[in-house]
Amino acid sequence: MAKRIEIKDLDIFYGKFQAVKGVDMTIEPRAVTAFIGSSGCGKSTVLRSLNRMHEVIDGAYVDGEVLLDGTNLYGPNVDPVRVRRQIGMVFQRPNPFPTMSIKENVLAGVRLNNARMSGSEMDELAEKSLRGANLWEEVKDRLDRPGSGLSGGQQQRLCIARAIAISPDVILMDEPCSALDPISTLAIEDLIKDLKEDYTVVIVTHNMQQAARVSDSTAFFNLKAQGQPGELIEYGSTEKIFHNPDQKATEDYITGRFG
Amino acid sequence: MSKTVTTEPKRADQKPAMKEPITGHQLPKWSWVLFLAIGIGIAAGLLTLMETFSFAGSIALGVLVFLLLGFIVSAAVEGFRPAKDRLARYVVTSFFLLALLPLGSLLYEVVTRGAARFDWTFFTETQGNTHLMGVELGAMHAIVGTLMITALAFIISVPIGLFTAIYLVEYGASTKLASGIRFLVDVMTGIPSIVAGLFAYSLFSLILGPGTRSGFAGAIALTVLMIPTVVRSTEEMLKLVPNELREASYALGVPKYRTILKVVLPTSLAGIVTGVILAIARIIGETAPLLVTAGYFQLLNANPFSGPTSTLPVMVYQSLRTHGPRAEEMQMLGWTGALTLILLVMGLNLIGRLIAWKFAPKPGR
Repeated sequence: MAKRIEIKDLDIFYGKFQAVKGVDMTIEPRAVTAFIGSSGCGKSTVLRSLNRMHEVIDGAYVDGEVLLDGTNLYGPNVDPVRVRRQIGMVFQRPNPFPTMSIKENVLAGVRLNNARMSGSEMDELAEKSLRGANLWEEVKDRLDRPGSGLSGGQQQRLCIARAIAISPDVILMDEPCSALDPISTLAIEDLIKDLKEDYTVVIVTHNMQQAARVSDSTAFFNLKAQGQPGELIEYGSTEKIFHNPDQKATEDYITGRFG
Repeated sequence: MSKTVTTEPKRADQKPAMKEPITGHQLPKWSWVLFLAIGIGIAAGLLTLMETFSFAGSIALGVLVFLLLGFIVSAAVEGFRPAKDRLARYVVTSFFLLALLPLGSLLYEVVTRGAARFDWTFFTETQGNTHLMGVELGAMHAIVGTLMITALAFIISVPIGLFTAIYLVEYGASTKLASGIRFLVDVMTGIPSIVAGLFAYSLFSLILGPGTRSGFAGAIALTVLMIPTVVRSTEEMLKLVPNELREASYALGVPKYRTILKVVLPTSLAGIVTGVILAIARIIGETAPLLVTAGYFQLLNANPFSGPTSTLPVMVYQSLRTHGPRAEEMQMLGWTGALTLILLVMGLNLIGRLIAWKFAPKPGR
C-alpha cells in the first residue's frame, strides 16, 4: 500500500494540442500532494495521466514516464485496466451509479470485476469502506436505497468509499469539493487527512486555503501564455510554497495578484 | 457619461401618460363558450337562409366566425395585444382539435364496426369455410401469424440493432466506419415498406425458387424495417448516459466491455426497451411487405418456414375486398381484425411505458 510516484519529463497531448509540457516531480507516499493553478493550466490533465484515464478521451496521448514504485505506467505490456485498479480516482462531480444502491455502489469496483466474494465478506468490505469514508453512521440504515438519493457531500464520500473499496495504492482527487458546501467540504478534508495514513493522496484544488489545510506538498502549475502548454512552475513543501516561494509567479498566484 | 447627456432631452419630451396602466378590462374565462355558441349560431342561420344547411358546414363556418368574433370583442374590450393573444390561443386550440378529428372518427368507426365480431370464435376459428353457410368464421390464423412473424422479426433485429448501436456509441464514435453506418441507417429508416417487402421476396425467390411465400420471408422484410428504428433509438439512449459514469467505472479498473454491460446498459435500459417496443408497434401493422412475402392463407399455418401465412393487416385487407356468399361476414371480420390490431399496438405502447417507468433509475429518498 501507498506507493511513490515519479513523473519524468511528461508531455501530454489532446490530438495535436499540447496541454502539458515537461513535468518532472516525485510524489511521496503516505502524504497529501496538492496541485494548484489557474483554470486550464493542465493540473487535472496531469492528474488523469497518473492512472491512464487521460487516454479515455478520443485522440489524447502521453509522452514520458510515470513510475509507480519504479514501474513505468506507460511502459510496454502495461494494462491500463490493472493500473486503474491500483490507482483510484475521485471526480469533480459526485458520480454514483444511478442504477445501484448505496451498498452496490461501494462494492461496484469488486462486483463489476467479477470477484467471487461471500455475502458476509461483502458486508464487511462495504462497512469498512464506508467507515473509511466517514459515511457509515449516516447510511448504515439505508444501504439498499439508491445512491442518488444522498446529498451532494454524502454522494462524494460514497464515491470515495467506492474508490477505497478496491484497496488502491494511490487515490487521485480531481477538485473533490468544488461542487460541495462548506460543511461537506470540511468532512471531506478531514477524510483526506485520515486517508494519508494508508494511501498516497493527490488532490487538485482551486481553493488555496484547502491546499494549505490538507496538503504536505504543493505543486503550482501555470501557463506561459494563453494557448501555450501548461508547465510545473514550482513544487515543494506546502509550508515553503505558501510562505516563501522561489518563483515570482507562484507568489503572485498565492497572494491573489492574478489567476 | 456622454450617453446620458444625449438621451436626457428626449426623455423630457415624452409624456408620462404614455405608460400603460397595469389594470384594465378583462373578458371572463368562460367567454369563449359564448363566442363559440354565437359563432355556430350565426353560421347555422346563414346556411339555413341560403338553404344549404349542414351540420359539418355550420361547425366549420362557425369556428371561423368564432375566431373573428373573439378577436373583435377582445380588441374592443381588452385592447389590441390581448386580442392577438386570444386569437392565437383560439387558432392553436382549433387546429389541435382539427387534428384530433380524424383520429377520433377512426377510433369510433373501428370500435363500432369491429365490436360486433369481437367474440370468442374470432380468436378460435379460421376463415376456412367461406362458402359453406353455418360454419363459424374467425381470425385465429391471422393472429397467430402476426404474433409469430413479429416475434421472429424481433428476435432477429433486436440483437443486430442493439450491437450496432453499442458499436456506434461506445467503439466507433467518430470514425469513418461509424459515420458510414450512421448514414446507411438513416437511409434505411426512409425505405418505403414495400421496397423492404420486395427485397425479402426476391431474396427468397432467388434461394427457394420464384413465388416462394413464407412467414419467415415476411419476418425478414419486417427486420429490414425494424433494425434502423432500433439502432436509432438505442443510439440516442446510449448517448444520454453521462460520460462521468463511464469514467467512474474505468477509474475502478473495470474493463470497457463490463462497463458497457454493467453500467451503461442498465442505466439506459428503460429507454432502450421503450424504443424496441415502439419499433414493434411500428412494424406490427405493416401490410404491403407482408402481402408480398407472407401472402394470404385462410387456414392456420404455424410453420413460418413453408407456405403462405396470414397476418392481421393482410387479413383485414383481404376480408374487406372479398366477394361471394359470405362477403358481409368477412367484412365484419376485417373490422374486428383492425380493432384487434389497434388494441395490440395500444397494449404494446402501454407495456412500453410501464417498463420505462419500472426500469428508470429512481431518484431515491
